Amino acid sequence: MAATSPAIAGPHQYLEAQIRWRTIEIIFWLSLLLPFVVTPNYLSLASQIAITALFALSLDLILGYAGIVSLGHAAFFGFGAYAAGLISKWGWGEPLTGLLISGAAAGLLGYLMSFIISRFRHLALIMITLGFGLLLHELANSASELTGGADGLQGVRMWPLLGMFKFDLYGHTAYWYSLIVLFLLFLVSRRLINSPFGLSLRGIRENAVRMRAIGAESRPHIRKIYTISAAIAGIAGALLTQTTETVSLGVLDFQRSADILVILILGGAGRLYGGLVGAAIFMIARDWFSGVNPQYWYFPIGVLLIGVVLFLPNGILGGFAQIASTERGRRWLGWLLAPLWRGTTP
Amino acid sequence: MITSVLGVLFDGFAYGMLLFLLSVGLSVTLGMMNFVNLAHCTFAMIGGYVTVTLINNAGWPFLATLPAAFIAAAVISVGFERTMFRRLYRASDLDQCLLTIGLVFVSVAVAAFVYGTIQQPVQLPNYLRGSYQILGVTFGVYRLFLIVVALIVTLVLVLALEFTRFGAQVRAAVDNQRMARGLGINVDGAFAITFALGSGLAGLGGALAIEIVGLDPAFALAFLVYVLIVVSVGGLGSIGGSFVAAVLLGISDMAGKYYFPAIGSFLIYLVMITLLMWRPAGIFGRRT
Repeated sequence: MAATSPAIAGPHQYLEAQIRWRTIEIIFWLSLLLPFVVTPNYLSLASQIAITALFALSLDLILGYAGIVSLGHAAFFGFGAYAAGLISKWGWGEPLTGLLISGAAAGLLGYLMSFIISRFRHLALIMITLGFGLLLHELANSASELTGGADGLQGVRMWPLLGMFKFDLYGHTAYWYSLIVLFLLFLVSRRLINSPFGLSLRGIRENAVRMRAIGAESRPHIRKIYTISAAIAGIAGALLTQTTETVSLGVLDFQRSADILVILILGGAGRLYGGLVGAAIFMIARDWFSGVNPQYWYFPIGVLLIGVVLFLPNGILGGFAQIASTERGRRWLGWLLAPLWRGTTP
Repeated sequence: MITSVLGVLFDGFAYGMLLFLLSVGLSVTLGMMNFVNLAHCTFAMIGGYVTVTLINNAGWPFLATLPAAFIAAAVISVGFERTMFRRLYRASDLDQCLLTIGLVFVSVAVAAFVYGTIQQPVQLPNYLRGSYQILGVTFGVYRLFLIVVALIVTLVLVLALEFTRFGAQVRAAVDNQRMARGLGINVDGAFAITFALGSGLAGLGGALAIEIVGLDPAFALAFLVYVLIVVSVGGLGSIGGSFVAAVLLGISDMAGKYYFPAIGSFLIYLVMITLLMWRPAGIFGRRT
């Protein structure tokens, strides 16, 4: 796949080439404005998708780039969601500052956790993230005076955004608010992974021992990216609270951690847009199927997951990239998609 | 006070024995192939549903369904192992997790489709019901039966692993897979058999679990966490470790729910994380 960019001489040129915006990316982001015109009745679903995409993006930073498997990432999502809810309940309903404070709180939690996370790998890491997620879920469940327990947090009221835009029933404000936050944090992530820091993360993912041998200690890097990822996950959770004005215990569920992993893998980990595409497919599919038969929803997801692992190891976007890397596949896909694979394969 | 403590100890021990049956197979297969099989509880669930179907639809006696549950889970699991899992032995942890969790999702949906989402009833024979009262402590007959079955299984496992040729091959593969291959041991074949036996034990555990914890399609996910805790705390590939971890978990879970109902499960996760931070390879594990 590297053969598609032969002109690149050194790491700096490589990074500069990565930073340039491609037509397909601009088309992608502009197309996210379509729901306002085409499906105005589905704006609340659209904002849910944007929030899920942001959450998936946060997981992509640690899983796709630094190779840290987490089965408990909902801990930060839920922490941010509860933080935003409590801030509003205690009388400060201003959305933007609430969002920042919640993100900072989740980031702080992530920073503390990162000292543990960076010490482990493999099964112990999976188990510790899983245990931590369950721990926080239980904590929120038992601290029912603070969180409302299984009934959810009551009394979350948001003030109008910027003092002007009320959160309406149709999700109009909710969608553009979530979309702008998603876009801004996407810009941050994009810049981050296309920096020398991002390159070291990929090095750690590929071979942590060798990175250490060439002088790039892996633990501080892992701590940094884990903190950032936790903060972004917290902001996603806070967005969910603010746009729906409720917090339920479901934000901390193991199910949510598993779902977001599925979303990211379906879309393709380690390529930024993977989580976004995965979130859209997953949420729209769930919306469809839940109308038909909610309890069988996991059948197609399970089949997809098995299929992706066995046949599409890099997710849907990775599958496109793979087709595109052969001469026949390239002709088949046509010139239209060309900028995508040239841009997103690391 | 002392009777309640004894009662909790007894119930917790019985529960721990159940957890041991459910998780010992995973511990050994994880130790051999480093294959993270999150679908282990799916095989337990298969055992449970086989028992329910045989009792309620075919009229089999309860005890006769237990071997059937064992065999069904073993046969189905080895089918999956030969067709799917073996392709991922050299893949990353993440791929293994994802494939097997996909399998769990499919099995949950299929179970919901075939049996509905309600708890499955199971009618125990009379001689397994009731309880004995000794010194004011209640000993449930079924729990005694469970403990006896689990202890027999443990004994057979330990003896087979220590004193048979096959057991020696399995131990060699757990200790050092490459070396074992180099010595001409058919590790793949030994692994397939171990996998079938381990899943069969999970199936047996699933069948025995119905009376204690019930059976519904969420079983495959709900017990996954407990099984993983037992395996990771006990240490990979260690039967003794799994036994100790399962008993510890069973008793502390029971005690937590009995004495501190509000924070019971919270304590368990806290203990697990602390133990893993202290010894990432588990209490009896020799390697990560």
